[in-house]
Amino acid sequence: MPELIAVTIDGHDIEVAKGSTILDACRHLEIDTPTLCQLDNLTPVNVCRVCVVELEGARVLVPACSRKVEPGMKVRTDSERVRHSRRLVLELLASSVDMSLTEPQVHAWMDDYGAEPERFGAVATVAQPVKIDNELYVRDYSRCILCYKCVEACGVDAQNTFAIGVAGRGFDAHISTEFEVGLPDSACVYCGNCIGVCPTGALMFKSEHDMREAGTWDESRQTVTETVCPYCGVGCILELRVQDNSIVKVTSPLDSSVTSGHLCVKGRFGFDFVQRRLDR
Amino acid sequence: MDIRTTGGPATADEVAAVDGLLGAPEPVPYRVAHGGRITRTQRHLLLPVLHAIQDRTGWVSRGALEYACRRLSIPPAEAYGVVSFYAGFTLEPNGHPAVHVCDDIVCQLAGARPENGVNCLGQCDRAPATLDPKNPTATEVEPGGQVRLLRRVGVVNPESIDSYQRNGGYRALARAREAGGEHVIRQVTDAKLLGRGGAAFPTGRKWDSVAKAPAPRYLVCNADESETGTFKDRVLMEGDPFAVVEAMAIAAMAAGCAKGYIYIRDEYPVARRRIQNAIDQTRDAGPLGVELEVRRGAGAYICGEETALFNSIEGKRGEPRNKPPFPVEAGLFGRPTLVNNVETLVNVLDIVNGEFSDTRLFCVSGHVSRPGVYEVPLGTPLRELLEMAGAGNVQTVLLGGAAGSFLTPEQLDVPLSFDGTRAIGATLGSGAVMVFDGSVDMKQVLLRIARFFRDESCGQCVPCRVGTKRQEEILERMFASRVGDGRADVMLLSDIAQAMRDASICGLGQTAANAIASGLAQLKVLDA
Repeated sequence: MPELIAVTIDGHDIEVAKGSTILDACRHLEIDTPTLCQLDNLTPVNVCRVCVVELEGARVLVPACSRKVEPGMKVRTDSERVRHSRRLVLELLASSVDMSLTEPQVHAWMDDYGAEPERFGAVATVAQPVKIDNELYVRDYSRCILCYKCVEACGVDAQNTFAIGVAGRGFDAHISTEFEVGLPDSACVYCGNCIGVCPTGALMFKSEHDMREAGTWDESRQTVTETVCPYCGVGCILELRVQDNSIVKVTSPLDSSVTSGHLCVKGRFGFDFVQRRLDR
Repeated sequence: MDIRTTGGPATADEVAAVDGLLGAPEPVPYRVAHGGRITRTQRHLLLPVLHAIQDRTGWVSRGALEYACRRLSIPPAEAYGVVSFYAGFTLEPNGHPAVHVCDDIVCQLAGARPENGVNCLGQCDRAPATLDPKNPTATEVEPGGQVRLLRRVGVVNPESIDSYQRNGGYRALARAREAGGEHVIRQVTDAKLLGRGGAAFPTGRKWDSVAKAPAPRYLVCNADESETGTFKDRVLMEGDPFAVVEAMAIAAMAAGCAKGYIYIRDEYPVARRRIQNAIDQTRDAGPLGVELEVRRGAGAYICGEETALFNSIEGKRGEPRNKPPFPVEAGLFGRPTLVNNVETLVNVLDIVNGEFSDTRLFCVSGHVSRPGVYEVPLGTPLRELLEMAGAGNVQTVLLGGAAGSFLTPEQLDVPLSFDGTRAIGATLGSGAVMVFDGSVDMKQVLLRIARFFRDESCGQCVPCRVGTKRQEEILERMFASRVGDGRADVMLLSDIAQAMRDASICGLGQTAANAIASGLAQLKVLDA
C-alpha cells in the first residue's frame, strides 16, 4: 500500500497516494480540470497554465498538473481567480493561434470559462504557411500552442531522436529543427509520435491534410479498427482509422501497456501494402 | 543518440575556437562509439563554446554549431534552440553592431532615440550608454561619504590582491575559517540579512538549509543584474572584485559547497575580467579554498531568475523552472544550491568582521544631477536619497526597476525599507531608483517598459508569452489614437495583468504589468 496523503479540494476531503499531483486528486473527485500541455505519458512541463488552481497559503496560483500533493493542502479549483486565469490563458492562446482543429474538449472549456478571444481586437498571430516537406506528415505551426508535447515525445519521453526543439524566445518562440531545415534534412525518423501527442492539429498525417484540403475528410464516415502491428514481434496495438475502405490515419491508444500511444515509422505509416489494389 | 548534421563543415577558424576551449578531439578508433554518457555531461560547456565561436568569428554559423554539437554530443535542434534563445548570439554574419546602443528608459531621458537599441546595459549612471564589447570602460567612482559596502570602491586597485589586502581584504575569510561554517551561518542569521536581489529572503535561513542538504552542493553568485535602472552589482564587481570573491569563498566554506559559479551578465565585460583576475590572484596566493568559475551570460534578462540561471549554466535555454523544488533542494545540476546576489554576499564580509549595519545600495538615475550608486541605511526616506543625488522637480519615481512601480509625488517620503515600501504597494526590488521630472513623456516610458518585457519573456508559459505581447499592442493602440474605446483597453490590460501575476511561472511574468498598471493608474497618462 502506498502512503496516503490527505488534501481538501473544493471542500471535499480526499486521500491520494503520495507522489500524486493535484490534478490526479481532482480527477479522483471528477472535477473537470482543463489541461493542454499535460499528457499522462509525458513528463509535465506545466507551461500552458490552464490547469492552475488556488492553493491556500500560496501567493500565486499553482499548476495542478505538476504540483505534488502535500499533507493538509487546501485547494480551490472554482474560485474567481482560478476562473479568470483559465479564461485568460484560453483567450490569449485563441487570439494568437488557429484553434479550429483543437480537440472538442478545449472548445467546451472555452465556452465554460467564457473565453472571448476576439476582444483583443486586431493583434499579432502566429499565422504562417503549412510546412509540407515530406510524404508522411505536415506541420502547420499556425495551429501550434507551444505545449512542448511534440518536443518531449521526440526527446527523452519516447523517441530519443531530438529532431525538434523550441527555438527563439518570447512571442517568437516556436518549434523548429536546427536552422529551420526541412524534416528530410533533420534527424527526424518519421515515427510520428509528435503527431500522436499534438492536441491542436498542427501536426497531421499528410493523408488527412490532403483530404481536408480536398474537402473529403469526414470523421462521421470513419471507422476505427483495432489490430496488432504486422511488422516486428513487439505487438504494438494499432487503431486503423478507415474512410471509404481506405486507411487514412493510424494511432495507438495512450493507455496501451505496449505502446503508451507511441509507434515507429512502420506501424504509423507503413500501411500501403494493406490496401494495394490489383486494378491491373 | 545519433548526432545527424547536414550542414557544411566548420571553417578552420571555427574548429580552432571550439578546440581551443575543449582541447583537440581525440582520434576515434574505427568501430568505437563516440559520444556517450561522459561526453553528454559536457552539455554545460555549450554557452562557453558558443561564446568562443562568436568571439572569434563574429557569429555562430551552422557549420560551427554542428561541430560544437558533435564535440559535446548535443542534438543540433536543441543547440539551435539555445543559440536562438540568447540575444547575445547571432546566427547571421555581422549580425551584431560593433557597438551596442542602449535605448532603455533612462537612456531615452538622456536623449537616446527609441529605435532598435538594446535593453538596459546597466550603465544608467552615464546615460546615454553604449557598449563596445571589444573596448569596454569601467565607471570611475569617486570615493567618499559614510559608506560600508562601497568603502573600497574607488580606493583599492581592483586588479591587485595586495591593494585589497592592505585595505582589510581576506581578514573575514581567515576569521570565518577559524570560527567554522556553523558559526558563520549563525552570524548571518543573527544579522537578519535579507537578500538584495529583489525577493528579500532571509539569507541565514537559505545558508542553513543548503548546509544541511546532502552533498554535493553548489554555490552560485547571481551577477546577472539586468533589471532596468540597476547597476550596483556592476560597480561592486568593477570596483571591489576581490570582496565578491572573498565573500563567495566564505559562503562556499559555510554551506559546504563543492564548487562555486558566478554568472555575470554579458554586458559587463570589465566586471567579468576583474572577477576572473581576482579569482586567479586569490587562488595563486592560496586562500581561496574552493573552485570558483566565472560564467558569462548571453543577453537574457530572464537569466537573473535563479532557476533560469541554473539552466543557462547547464547549457540550456534560460527558461525558469517551476518551484517547488526550490534551489536549496534541487538547483544547479539538480543538486542543493546556495544562490545569492552580489550585494547580499558582500554584506557577509562585514557580518563576519562584526562591522555590519543594515545599509543598502540604491542606483539613482534619470533626472538627477548626480546619478550613481548610493549606500544608505535601510529606512532612509526616499526624499533624502533624491536630494543626495540632486533631484529637482520630481514628477515620479520608478522604484525597483521595470518590475517595480511608479510612485506619486505624495509617496516620495516613503522609507526605503522592505516594510515601508510594501505599505504603499511598492517594492525596493533591485534598488533601482529612476527619477523623472515634469518634462518626461510618460507614454514613451510605459511603451518602453512594455517592449522590454515582450522582448525578454522567455516564451515558455502562455500568460507571459502572449500577455506581454498583448500588453504592448494594447498600449500602442491606446496611445496612438484617441478614437476608440480607451476604457475597454484599460480593462483588457487589467485582465491580462491579473492573469500574468497569478498564473505565470516566474517573477518576470508575475511583475510584467506592475509598472504599467501603476503608471496608468497614478499618472493618468490617458488624460495627459
